Amino acid sequence: MELFSNLALGIGVAFTLDNLLYCFVGVLLGTLIGVLPGLGPTATIAMLLPITFTLPPVAALIMLAGIYYGSQYGGSTTAILVNLPGEAASVVTAIDGYKLARQGRAGPALGIAAIGSFFAGCVATVVIGVFAPPLADLALKFGPAEYFSLMVLGLMAAVVLAHGPFVKALAMVVLGLLLGLVGTDVNSGVPRFNFDIPEIAEHIDFVVVAMGLFGIAEIVANLERSEKRDVAIAKVGRILPTKEDFVLCWPSVLRGTALGSVLGILPGGGSLLASFAAYTLEKKMATPPHKFGEGDIRGVAGPESANNAGAQTSFIPLLTLGIPSNSVMALMIGAMILKGIVPGPMVMTERPDLFWGMIASMWVGNLMLVVLNLPLIGIWIRLLTVPYRLLYPAILMFCCIGVYSINNTEFNVYLMALFGVLGYVCVKLECEPAPLILGFILGPMMEEYLRRAMLLSRGDPMVFIEKPISAAMLGIAVLLMLSIALPAIRSKRKEAFQEA
Amino acid sequence: MKIKAPKDFWAGLMFIAIGVGFVVVAQNYNMGTALRMGPGYFPTVLGGLLAFLGLIIFGQSFAVKGEPLPTFKLRPVIIVLIGICLFGALIRTLGLIPAVLTLVLVSAVGHQAFRWQSTIVLAIGLAAFAVLVFYYGLGLPYKLYPGH
Repeated sequence: MELFSNLALGIGVAFTLDNLLYCFVGVLLGTLIGVLPGLGPTATIAMLLPITFTLPPVAALIMLAGIYYGSQYGGSTTAILVNLPGEAASVVTAIDGYKLARQGRAGPALGIAAIGSFFAGCVATVVIGVFAPPLADLALKFGPAEYFSLMVLGLMAAVVLAHGPFVKALAMVVLGLLLGLVGTDVNSGVPRFNFDIPEIAEHIDFVVVAMGLFGIAEIVANLERSEKRDVAIAKVGRILPTKEDFVLCWPSVLRGTALGSVLGILPGGGSLLASFAAYTLEKKMATPPHKFGEGDIRGVAGPESANNAGAQTSFIPLLTLGIPSNSVMALMIGAMILKGIVPGPMVMTERPDLFWGMIASMWVGNLMLVVLNLPLIGIWIRLLTVPYRLLYPAILMFCCIGVYSINNTEFNVYLMALFGVLGYVCVKLECEPAPLILGFILGPMMEEYLRRAMLLSRGDPMVFIEKPISAAMLGIAVLLMLSIALPAIRSKRKEAFQEA
Repeated sequence: MKIKAPKDFWAGLMFIAIGVGFVVVAQNYNMGTALRMGPGYFPTVLGGLLAFLGLIIFGQSFAVKGEPLPTFKLRPVIIVLIGICLFGALIRTLGLIPAVLTLVLVSAVGHQAFRWQSTIVLAIGLAAFAVLVFYYGLGLPYKLYPGH
């Protein structure tokens, strides 16, 4: 079986001493930062990106992937223990998880979250191994027209599935696309929108945008709120769930894993959608007696499994098509480009060590999460008691040193501050910054594919409709857009996100 | 005409302004044709689209009721921004250690429960951490202090 030889190659890469170490450091740092309240995975990854600058590509990506699921797990920990979801995907975990903690069952809730996540991670790793190669084969047949339409579809899906007002999210995507165009035009060599500033003659560095929009803006927003964080932290107690818990939970874990794996692949999907959908599904499917909302452990097991499965399978569109499905994946693409790797179907054939090494490391990373978190939970809890007034100057320092170190220019520091202001204003005006970063990454690629497609078709825009795959993708994008206009679906979407 | 959704009103205006801005600046670049797009083509289309979306949001703000504008507490924002900009100004001229100390000491003032003693300890601790991790650990080329 090809799958096994591929996975064997990956395991060979992931199990070198160096890569194991980077995976471990990634998972550890990710959990550490993820536990800190008010820092989601996107901000965490943006903040820690600079420490991977000096690493070789495989090690850097393994570490970033580790940071990603580490930060997710950290987010769930705070959701359960203090009702402070570190990130949007663990909002649903907090509903039943925190209730369980108040009933003195924080330990089993944390335990089942770790075990469910581990199981989901194992399954998702196999899913990636099975589905990524055929998808990459298909993508190799794509021409520029298909790629352009795929990006339109991806962005549209991301906007529709995101929460918040639709037109504003769309406007944020377009703004991102425009900002992505700042710098030298690859075709003509003409510098655009850079106002003769040498630091952005080539392009705006995406780390600067991400840290400003997510890191700085979040800090400023947190500072505005008056601090009310002296929450009582529940006692954890025994961590291993009881036999009854297992019997009750395993169907939820299976359902969550299946749902998360599917939803993760969708553009705009990933862990957030997966965990919300899984909670809704659990409420409908779980056998009585229901105690959802009052501390039902299935309300933790399902969403936690789903969000980990979704987090991992969202690597599929990234690794095969080169299309990010959410803001975290946009950061991953940015990191790949920084390392000189062009994301897309060629990665698998040209850099099999990187592709399969990363996949194998996800499995290793998940194992580390379980091994690491169960004994270290005491330390994570202590971290929660660090007051914010000491925390945010440290975060600021990481952000500043990080963006300065990209090119050793202070201009990037000022630009980050500017994007921080933009992010702050946008959040105030109910405009989600996540779609902007997607557009920012895809902007230059979209322009390039559009140009090539039009050149090949001799200037005939009908090419996007004449090619069947391209037409189908554009058709789905239009359907998605229309669906949001229907009042029935719009209210359903609102309901799904208000479940929490 | 009454503004029913102030958030939409301002967001719409912002998008219109940015969109128009991109379109105007893009006119300095060659448009080209649909067959051979110049550097001005795609930005003009996108800028127009952004302004159009902004117009929809702006228009909606008179029709659909929305939440009132949230309060902007400017003090922490400005203090944090000053801290960041001072870091930018000092990192090359005076070095990493003064830059980190200044960033931490200034930005910490933005918090309601600001206290001198713990902030000074924090600033020294973070500066030491930065030197150890970024300068020695990761080997990044910084000037550490004036005259270094």
